[in-house]
Amino acid sequence: MAVRLKDLAKKPEGLASGHRGCAGCMEPIAVRQILLAIDNPCVVCCTTGCLEVVTTIFPFTAWKVPFIHSAFESAAATISGVETAYKVLKKRGKIKDRGTKFIAIGGDGGTYDIGFQALSGAIERGHDIVYICLDNEAYMNTGIQRSSATPMGAHTTTSPAGKVIPGKREFRKDLTRCIASHNIPYVAQAVPSKWRDLITKVKKAVEVKGPAFINILSPCRLGWGYPPEDTIEIGNEAVETCFWPIYEVEDGKWRLTYKPKEKKPVSEWLKKQGRFKHLFKPGNESILEEIQDHIDQEWERLQRLCS
Amino acid sequence: MSLKTKGWRELPIGGLILEGGTSEMYKTGGWRSLKPIWSEEKCTHCLTCWIYCPDSAILLSDEKVQGINYDYCKGCGICAKECPTKVKAIEMVEER
Amino acid sequence: MGKISAKTGNEAMAEAMRQINPDVVAAYPITPATEIVQIFAGFKSDGLVDTEFIATESEHSALSACIGSAASGARTMTATASQGLVLMQEMLYIASGLRLPIVIAEVNRALSSPINIHCDHSDTMGARDSGWIQIYSENAQEAYDNLIQAVRIAESALLPVMVTIDGFIISHGMERIEIIPDEEVKGFIGEYRPRYTLLDEERSITMGAIDFTDYFFEHKRQQIEAMKEAKEKIIEVSKEFNSRFKRDYGLFECYRLEDARYALVVLGSTGGTVKVVVDELREDGVKAGLLKVRVFRPFPWQEIKDTLAYIPFIAVMDRSDGLSSLGGPVFQEIRSALYDIDSRPKVINYIYGLGGRDTKLHHIKQVFQDLQGIDRTGRIDGLINYLGVRE
Repeated sequence: MAVRLKDLAKKPEGLASGHRGCAGCMEPIAVRQILLAIDNPCVVCCTTGCLEVVTTIFPFTAWKVPFIHSAFESAAATISGVETAYKVLKKRGKIKDRGTKFIAIGGDGGTYDIGFQALSGAIERGHDIVYICLDNEAYMNTGIQRSSATPMGAHTTTSPAGKVIPGKREFRKDLTRCIASHNIPYVAQAVPSKWRDLITKVKKAVEVKGPAFINILSPCRLGWGYPPEDTIEIGNEAVETCFWPIYEVEDGKWRLTYKPKEKKPVSEWLKKQGRFKHLFKPGNESILEEIQDHIDQEWERLQRLCS
Repeated sequence: MSLKTKGWRELPIGGLILEGGTSEMYKTGGWRSLKPIWSEEKCTHCLTCWIYCPDSAILLSDEKVQGINYDYCKGCGICAKECPTKVKAIEMVEER
Repeated sequence: MGKISAKTGNEAMAEAMRQINPDVVAAYPITPATEIVQIFAGFKSDGLVDTEFIATESEHSALSACIGSAASGARTMTATASQGLVLMQEMLYIASGLRLPIVIAEVNRALSSPINIHCDHSDTMGARDSGWIQIYSENAQEAYDNLIQAVRIAESALLPVMVTIDGFIISHGMERIEIIPDEEVKGFIGEYRPRYTLLDEERSITMGAIDFTDYFFEHKRQQIEAMKEAKEKIIEVSKEFNSRFKRDYGLFECYRLEDARYALVVLGSTGGTVKVVVDELREDGVKAGLLKVRVFRPFPWQEIKDTLAYIPFIAVMDRSDGLSSLGGPVFQEIRSALYDIDSRPKVINYIYGLGGRDTKLHHIKQVFQDLQGIDRTGRIDGLINYLGVRE
């Protein structure tokens, strides 16, 4: 049955107000949608990062579900321990079977980079967990340093646009495809701007037996440089330009869950963000072309996989 | 947990917070420089503002919008911007 | 009386784990602790335990999974050594800060570089300030007994515990040990009832929140107190163990120390070597003795001070060097514990056995001779000495 806001609005919120996320931050929007999607009890484990910090400043927690944070790189391993404990305590009759779900949430730092090994290990072991990456394309919590999710050309504090180097010189890692190569039951890309798509994907992810992974683009108004009210629009345009196609890989079958009617040029999306401002100065035209070419190739490849 | 700063003997061990949602005791409304004004007349209760609010600051009752929770609203303006073009039931004004 | 059996240290630790039958074991194999993980995996495959075993992709993830498991109210164990413990280091602090009663079977091995697989204590000494209770074992029997006690200690102190044995010397050395019947081990450790768990149906707790300057110090102060209080808990558990199984353990062992004029302080397997030398010297009329530290964390400084106060000449043996230029960590702490005594003993340090270098009877005899020399001349020629290294 299609997800409707009227039905979701009947549910209790899993994330309380009073967290310290920046005005216009996409992460709490994503988390609200994730928790609204899950009907069962759940335990959430976060990596170190913006989300963990803004939601758990002692003695204030925004989490209305059981929550654990251990370290930056260890959410996947930690949640695998939680899931295993649940399994064995159930087996030994020490707790009831409540159909509890186990959700790990990491930023791109804790997922693409420092936590990549732990994630790969946990999903290879087949734990019944959902790992969600809130990808804001840099280490935002520590002040906008590049990650392997930072797009080519972006200015960050460790890939600054300077007099001779125009921002990050490397293309981003295609993590979703890396995870799909683990041949786990469910992998998807989503964006909270497309809430129905995201919520449907989270519902599928918690329902499958075994590991599931969802990579969620999470625009950061501070790190990306745009006004806070544009968060949803920026997320949508990432999809419309095919910079961030939304799709799923269900038991190895690739499927686009939304196809833009007309693919917009990526420059339209880039020019709304301060982190790409320098690319629009004379002399940097070739970088824009390079970025567009790369998106075109990746989009072609994805369409082939989904056909 | 009360807002009073407790001594080490009174705190739960391990840095634990023993109940969920205590952040509601922390009001973020003071961050606002722009304030959303909601129009009951114009609102169609499509709930778009609600699903996109980062701070769960859209007040609902029986799945209908009742207004804005200014205790927590940080004034980001997403609700006003995402309110459908034909409706535009939320307007951002300068906070005084 | 239990069953007498021949076991290596690793087999003894694995056997204790079989009898404990924890809820969860998450581990990654590393020399010389690999066998513990292997043997336990075998128990699982043969249905001898119904523990959930997680074979992680690294030690960092092993301890991270243990943290998730223990936070969910499961009795949780792991095993590691050396580089593995170092890779866990970040998570060691998190486990103790979250007050999770995880138990590690640790096999002491030197740290790289140069890479070396043999025994010294640099791995666990590097973790001495991580908020874990540390219990050192002289032989396989002690390792077995300590591991069983560690479960109870961890769960009553709400602090994690590492029980150590010396790599290869004990881990791979076959010894005669007494195995307690399964049912009696089960009765001793009892059911684990976690105080806080993520799987609590009644309330949603948050674990691992961030403290700013307004709360961090208070939380650390609690942890400091918990470590202080752990001493009594260790003593209580050891007493109960002794009353049930007739093997007496304290915070440390005193061997012919009552009237000693010369004493050595050691941890681990070297204790056995020293005992042999002490007996020989006693036969020659030399008042030699040994203090073998069992519990290094919490550091029982008051009790050690009271015991060593009347022994004029003491050599502290460190199987690791702090690379601080002031010798090894055991030396520094013992010496500090004795500082307030008006007529303080003379205390010197020997760094020995690094990277598995054999420590033989003649080395230990040399140390006692040096102490006798100080007694004769009143002069300390070497405050920090290196035993068995080629010059």
